[in-house]
Amino acid sequence: MSTVSQTPPGTFWETEPHHHHEGASTSIGFWVYLMSDCLMFAILFATFGVLGGSYAAGPGPKDLFDLELVALNTAFLLLSSITYGFAMLAMVKNNRNGTLAWLAVTLVFGLAFLGVELYEFNHLIHLGAGPQRSAFLSSFFALVGTHGLHVAFGCLWLVTLMIQVRQRGLIPANRRRLSCLSMFWHFLDVIWIGVFTFVYLLGMI
Amino acid sequence: MPSIQAEGDKHHATRRAESHGNHHDDGHDHGSLRSYMTGFVLSVILTAIPFAVVMGGGFESRLLTAAVVVGLAVVQILVHMVFFLHMNTRSDEGWTMMALIFTVVILVIVLAGSLWVMYHMNTNMMPQMNHEALGLGS
Repeated sequence: MSTVSQTPPGTFWETEPHHHHEGASTSIGFWVYLMSDCLMFAILFATFGVLGGSYAAGPGPKDLFDLELVALNTAFLLLSSITYGFAMLAMVKNNRNGTLAWLAVTLVFGLAFLGVELYEFNHLIHLGAGPQRSAFLSSFFALVGTHGLHVAFGCLWLVTLMIQVRQRGLIPANRRRLSCLSMFWHFLDVIWIGVFTFVYLLGMI
Repeated sequence: MPSIQAEGDKHHATRRAESHGNHHDDGHDHGSLRSYMTGFVLSVILTAIPFAVVMGGGFESRLLTAAVVVGLAVVQILVHMVFFLHMNTRSDEGWTMMALIFTVVILVIVLAGSLWVMYHMNTNMMPQMNHEALGLGS
């Protein structure tokens, strides 16, 4: 038994705590957040799937939706995705001004998307097809509105990061933040694919 | 595998040299111009087809139209995952992929379960629930 106690400390276990780089777990943490956000959207999609046919003798998708407007919005969001990609490529090349310019272009497309969406919501409410009209419209506004709110906060985050990059340059912390917003922005585009497919296109068939 | 490893080391070394060693390579692929453009072109095509089909009135069978639209959406989501979000089984030792698979499983259960249960509820409850048709007032 005495041989066991002669084992020097540190042979079987670590005596020093683990050292991680600052922010080493940020991307996986942010990804887990995005996945939880995805589950929230799954519930909103399920709600729309269940209630989407309950018009309460009110207007249906064919009376309300304008596919040309939706196509325009889809184009804005898709273009903002690729311009954000260009911003990330400029970031990898340490091109600060290039990053800022592409982020600005992304912001313009993001705001254009929000503008068209607000116009659509305003138009629907004017027609008397507000969220209180029917279960279909309640779930429509909840789903599309939540996505729009995400884009709005994404734009706010984008402005914040543009100021940070302008002031501090492409420091590691800012690179990490830009990578997180990149994931967020592309994730919103993925959600939008679900929205235009299940809400708009399937509703218009 | 050895060649990929070597390339990764080289990449890492270059990146460290460029940023004077203060940039931590987080193991994430930031993509290339080529991959972003591929993703973008594929997305445009995969978006244009369903919009064109539906705006053109769709196929004769509504079910076929719906299947085409949903199928293309699934493909487009995969394209975004690969070319824009740079999903792979390597980043963060595969934990990103594990989190994604877990989410997709929960998502399928939530969506399929809700639609299935509520469809049957509607079917079974319809005679009692349809107050207007029964003249029970509304």
